[in-house]
Amino acid sequence: MTPPDTIAEPALEPWSVRAPDATSPLAAGWIAIRKYLAIFQTSLKERMTYRGDFLLGTILRFLPMVTTILLWRAIYAGSGQTSLAGFRYREMIAYLLLTNISRMFSSMPGLAGGVAREVREGTVKRYMIQPMDMIGYLISYRIAHKITYIIMSFIPYALLFIVCRGFFDGFPDAGTLAAFAASLGIAFAVGFFFEATVAMVGFWFLEVTSLLYIVMTLNFFISGHMLPLDLLPQPWSGLLKLLPFQYMAYFPAVVFLGKVKGAELAWGLAGGVAWSLFFIVLSRVLYRRGLRRYSAFGG
Amino acid sequence: MGMIEARNLKKTYRVVQKQTGLAGSLRGLFHREYREVKAVGGVSFTIEPGEMVAFLGPNGAGKTTTLKMLSGLIHPTSGEARVLDHVPWNREDAFRRQFSLVMGQKNQLWWDLPAGDSFQLHREIYSIPHAEFTETLGELTELLGVEKLTKQAVRELSLGERMKMELIAALLHRPRVLLLDEPTIGLDVVAQSKIQRCLKDYHARRGVTVLLTSHYMRDVEALCERVLVINHGSLVYDGPLAGVIERFGETKLVKLRFEESAPDDLDSYGVVVRKDGPTADIKVERARVAGVLAAILERSVVADVSVEEPPLEEVISRVFEEAEAAHDAA
Repeated sequence: MTPPDTIAEPALEPWSVRAPDATSPLAAGWIAIRKYLAIFQTSLKERMTYRGDFLLGTILRFLPMVTTILLWRAIYAGSGQTSLAGFRYREMIAYLLLTNISRMFSSMPGLAGGVAREVREGTVKRYMIQPMDMIGYLISYRIAHKITYIIMSFIPYALLFIVCRGFFDGFPDAGTLAAFAASLGIAFAVGFFFEATVAMVGFWFLEVTSLLYIVMTLNFFISGHMLPLDLLPQPWSGLLKLLPFQYMAYFPAVVFLGKVKGAELAWGLAGGVAWSLFFIVLSRVLYRRGLRRYSAFGG
Repeated sequence: MGMIEARNLKKTYRVVQKQTGLAGSLRGLFHREYREVKAVGGVSFTIEPGEMVAFLGPNGAGKTTTLKMLSGLIHPTSGEARVLDHVPWNREDAFRRQFSLVMGQKNQLWWDLPAGDSFQLHREIYSIPHAEFTETLGELTELLGVEKLTKQAVRELSLGERMKMELIAALLHRPRVLLLDEPTIGLDVVAQSKIQRCLKDYHARRGVTVLLTSHYMRDVEALCERVLVINHGSLVYDGPLAGVIERFGETKLVKLRFEESAPDDLDSYGVVVRKDGPTADIKVERARVAGVLAAILERSVVADVSVEEPPLEEVISRVFEEAEAAHDAA
């Protein structure tokens, strides 16, 4: 069992003794930030290679809007009322346009499916071998995607809103805009960490397509993407407003329209932050368990 | 203290028994049967700093499972391991910064981006200082002859080129321990030997500790002085490469050229592999070589003679077959 005694003498120093083992918490933090910034930059570069796909995707996304507008016009005409659950016709259309902005921040296409694929194909290994964190990696990647997507679709969206400006009652004030911006940040956080939580199921079930389909279909409805939650009878609308899903579509839209104000707005924002934290913790716990399971069974 | 230490490492998987046929699949939905599969059944070895060791064994012998345990991807069912003085499956960053695993081809590189971008990302992930990064990258791209390819999207590269990039990515942070699973699989001879040369040079220069698995004896002969042979999850040999031939190569090849045409009764000495006019090759049992040579020289006029070891490939497959037989008998 003795090794051969002719081990080549290393001509150069084999490795350099490096600082990253935290000279100070601050330095360690900076190193971590740089790491995920680099992932962010690389993702940006990757995204730029698919410019054509964007434009087409964005344009196609608007087509259903036309039918939605026509449908609601018919509903209002048929009901004979000017306001349904506090929404006038113009507000309703403005709301539905705004939920598209919410979804721009909260939808996470390919996140959960991607994790399941990485588990299935074994590429999830890289997060275990390299000194990086999968959730940190995924969020850096996602922010880069979102930014490119928002920049690329800015012109078509601007055009859409100019065409549809008649549905809006002027521009909201600075305070409302700030709250709207915050609610979009929450939309991203809840959207990302909710889907990341779902994604961890991929460690247990290799195929998650059907599950995702159910979640997405349900989400379309209970997030208020399809219609304002206020339209539902009590206790349903109240219940849905307690759930995290409203932050992915409903909440930012009603904030922009000035329908939530003052204390209600503050509570709404606080609730969003709380749900974000909840899913941050839950996704982390499931990730740990998932890795433990992967280590025990798979590999 | 070894760089890599394995003590009685065991890994047993529980696999679902799939029933065949539709009825069986339906039954499987409600009632699952499991079977225990012993992938690795207690292997122990120590690899010293700077060694380059080959891990040999047929498919399913447990090589990859052992590498996965040593790189911290999977927990063993029992047993212990230390790599760089860390327990690998704790996956501490301090450990992960100092080793590399190359397994398959789509692990570290971004498919749609030039490999250079992935390398830059690695620089950040591993916090590699700029100067060191530039130096290592230059060194490695030169060794592998891929200086011009780092700006091309990875998906446009050939299999061999991708493997070279994968290897560069694995070495950029100057790991002290390198685990390679079939680094040359599917590559042509030129690419294979280039990767071999790179590993050899890099090893000599940086003194990295390497454990590799390969089906190509060429790789093993070019790189490793020590081999571990594993079969059915157990270590059947641990020692110098030359020893494998001595221990398991039961015959030698005696090549003869006679002055006249070769005699007809050569098969009394051993197995005649080739006979063509004055030349003949005979496989002779190791212990009998001297006697056989003496007998032939006495009887006939021999113009030239050489005695060769059997090819490693052949010996290794014999080792596998023997272990197979022993396993079946047990």
